[in-house]
Amino acid sequence: MLTDVGLLALVLAFVLGVYATLASYYGGRTNQDTWVESARNAAILTFPLLTISVFAVVYALYALDFSLAYVADVSSRAMSPFLRVTALWGGQQGSVLFWAWLMSGFVMVVLLRKWERDRELMPYVIAVAMLTTAFFIGVVVFITNPFTRMWHFPGAAELTMAIFQPAGAMPYIPEDGSGLNPLLRHFGMIGHPPTTYLGFTGFVIPYAFAIAALITGKSSGDEWIRATRRWTLVAWIFLSIGLVLGGRWAYDVLGWGGFWGWDPVENAMLMPWLTGTAFLHSVMMTEKRGMLKKWNMVLIILTYSLALFGTFITRTGVISSVHAFSKTALGPAFFGFIGLTFLGSLSLLFARWDTLKSDHQLESFLSREAAFLLQNMLFLAITFAVFWGTVFPLISELVTGTKITVGPPYFKRVTGPLFAALVLLMGIAPLFAWRKQAVRKLGKAIWVPFAASLVLSGVWGYAHRMHPAVYPALWLVTFVVLAILMEFWKGVRARIRGRGESPWVAFQKLIGRNRRRYGGYIIHLGVVMIALGFIGDAYLKSETQGTLQLGESLQIGEYSLRFDSLDYYPGSDGREVLEATTSLFKNGELVTQLNPRRDYFVVQQQPVTIPGVYSTAAGDVYALLVGWEEIGFQSSTFKIYINPLIGWTWLGGLVMILGTLIAAWSPSRDREGATYTLKPRQASLSYLAGD
Amino acid sequence: MLRKILISLLILMTAGLAVLTVHAQETNPDFPSDNDVNTIAKQLYCPVCPNTPLDVCETQACKDWRAQIKSQLAAGWTEEEIIDYFVEQYGERVLAEPRRSGFTSLVWLLPVIAALLGVVIVWQILSTWRTAHAEAAVPLTTEQQISQEILAQIENELREID
Repeated sequence: MLTDVGLLALVLAFVLGVYATLASYYGGRTNQDTWVESARNAAILTFPLLTISVFAVVYALYALDFSLAYVADVSSRAMSPFLRVTALWGGQQGSVLFWAWLMSGFVMVVLLRKWERDRELMPYVIAVAMLTTAFFIGVVVFITNPFTRMWHFPGAAELTMAIFQPAGAMPYIPEDGSGLNPLLRHFGMIGHPPTTYLGFTGFVIPYAFAIAALITGKSSGDEWIRATRRWTLVAWIFLSIGLVLGGRWAYDVLGWGGFWGWDPVENAMLMPWLTGTAFLHSVMMTEKRGMLKKWNMVLIILTYSLALFGTFITRTGVISSVHAFSKTALGPAFFGFIGLTFLGSLSLLFARWDTLKSDHQLESFLSREAAFLLQNMLFLAITFAVFWGTVFPLISELVTGTKITVGPPYFKRVTGPLFAALVLLMGIAPLFAWRKQAVRKLGKAIWVPFAASLVLSGVWGYAHRMHPAVYPALWLVTFVVLAILMEFWKGVRARIRGRGESPWVAFQKLIGRNRRRYGGYIIHLGVVMIALGFIGDAYLKSETQGTLQLGESLQIGEYSLRFDSLDYYPGSDGREVLEATTSLFKNGELVTQLNPRRDYFVVQQQPVTIPGVYSTAAGDVYALLVGWEEIGFQSSTFKIYINPLIGWTWLGGLVMILGTLIAAWSPSRDREGATYTLKPRQASLSYLAGD
Repeated sequence: MLRKILISLLILMTAGLAVLTVHAQETNPDFPSDNDVNTIAKQLYCPVCPNTPLDVCETQACKDWRAQIKSQLAAGWTEEEIIDYFVEQYGERVLAEPRRSGFTSLVWLLPVIAALLGVVIVWQILSTWRTAHAEAAVPLTTEQQISQEILAQIENELREID
């Protein structure tokens, strides 16, 4: 019954989505507000309808309605009620519906809030946003419908999938479902898809405003940027959280001792993050200097297309094999839609190229503008390298017929230096002045952090002297952190001297009065922390593997791991657990007990290796149970990784969230427009030059 | 004749080297250990599973492949020989790091070219902006004079109205 209501709501949402797209476009073209008004109501109504649909699927998952193919696929009796609910995004049908639902939610919130302020843009904002939403709902309705049931024709060997009962078929309802992929039963995987999807779908808002600005020809101003700045930040931080949670999941579940494997699916998420970050920075050039208007458009179109591309890669599995592409209609449908979005937006941009006149003037190569431009270039170069490495196996297979692998060595080697340049820029670019930076002043500003970082990183690097590259890498991180802290210190000092405030009050007011700037610095600090995790992973990691008899120990660095016992017991969620008890010693002293495990999921016939981890500020000891003697449990094989600095990655993620909250927090409505705008120096006279 | 001598010398040297490496390895009593196997397996990808390095892959097939590497090491094979063997058996897809020759070299070349091109483009753009600034600054003085003339005229006319 509820599933029928859900299906009906889904179909209605699709009809409304298509209607909203067409009606708002027509209303905008013909200047008829009633059409736009009606389209807006339809667009807003899409969200509650999809909510009913999502609820119907969630309830079916929870109540184990195995008549639905999707439920039988991802839910099972052995799963806890909580896991059953999260199975909504555990498979294709559910996750595409989830995607559409989140996107319609974003659209609804924007339409409820922004209606009066940007009246001219609104018809096209609705049209563009609802076109995408309608596409996704259409995919759910026609291609990958979670309400599909299983039917059995008498005498047929295989089941038939259909929403309604085909003539002569009997409904097929299995006793139990196969259950969620064991790898997905982890808090990281429970939080990772929703946050990533919120990030992906959130970018529809700046994208829709940008396209609306292009269509209306109002793109010369930067209203669309001001209207969407906060939305972009929200989308960006969710995508960032999604990336960090995904890394945490990989670290805890996949059992290879790392958090980022440059897998196509990871890369697909990273690419829109890279261009989105470039976009967040380049809009500042437009706001402060009226520059880079065309470039902003290119970046938001690219970011949004890459977000769609990311969904395409994760949902079709096209990268691991070309043959996955045409297995369902999903691949071609997505591919067509991405192509349409990307090429359509670009041709619109070129048609409006002349309306996007910017005031491009520069006094010196050593200026904030130049730094921003270089930073944008670096982001794009990294995006290209990641994109190229991700799709190259596909290209190779198509062109030469040879399957190849592009693994982590490629990505590390190619993007490593570019990322290093970006981090360096992050340290010094905020010190640059707009227009022109005097070299002497810059030298004065950076010599303290520079000298201090040399000393500090020398000491720090000596403690980690496993690889010569450690010194420059740690220097870079130390320098950038000190340069950023120096900015805080300078601001606080000025307030203490000028206004006689106490240091703590000065610090609070400094951030409070300039949230964007100091929030941004805090985000930068978070990024540096994540960079530390990557440095540890690249240069400082060590590993060893060995087979131990009961009571024997395996040595790695100053640690040793003693094998105490191995136990077998049936666990929850339909798994059989093989758990080793080991004692970890540091320089001969017992530190803790570690329990690396191997969980075997019987129904899925899938093993999951769960590490025993001992975390300190300096790094993690990460022990895996990789083999054992079947009879008597007298010996086991362990693999131990020492992962220095890895904890910084998770901390960095939290610091980034904090920084974003500060930067995006709206102090009060009337102050919103109070951010200063720096016009070109001769701007007041420039209109005469053309006369 | 000379060629023959050279070739035989070369063979002798290679053989000698091989003996030396085997000898060096044999001094470690545990050779080949799991770590020796992993050093090589790390550079390889599982030939059948999607995107899984061989040293961490958990399937039975991968365990067998690792055991094979171990026995090859024990038989005195060098790292390159083992890797070449895997490429020959299962194709180039087992290599974690794509080769730098033939069509595959494009994967390495293009990002480098793109980054260099990016630097050039940024430089070009900055140069044009600087020129635009310089040009905008020059006519400004004359424009300012004209505007002052107009201002004077307007003031005159205003006075006449009064």
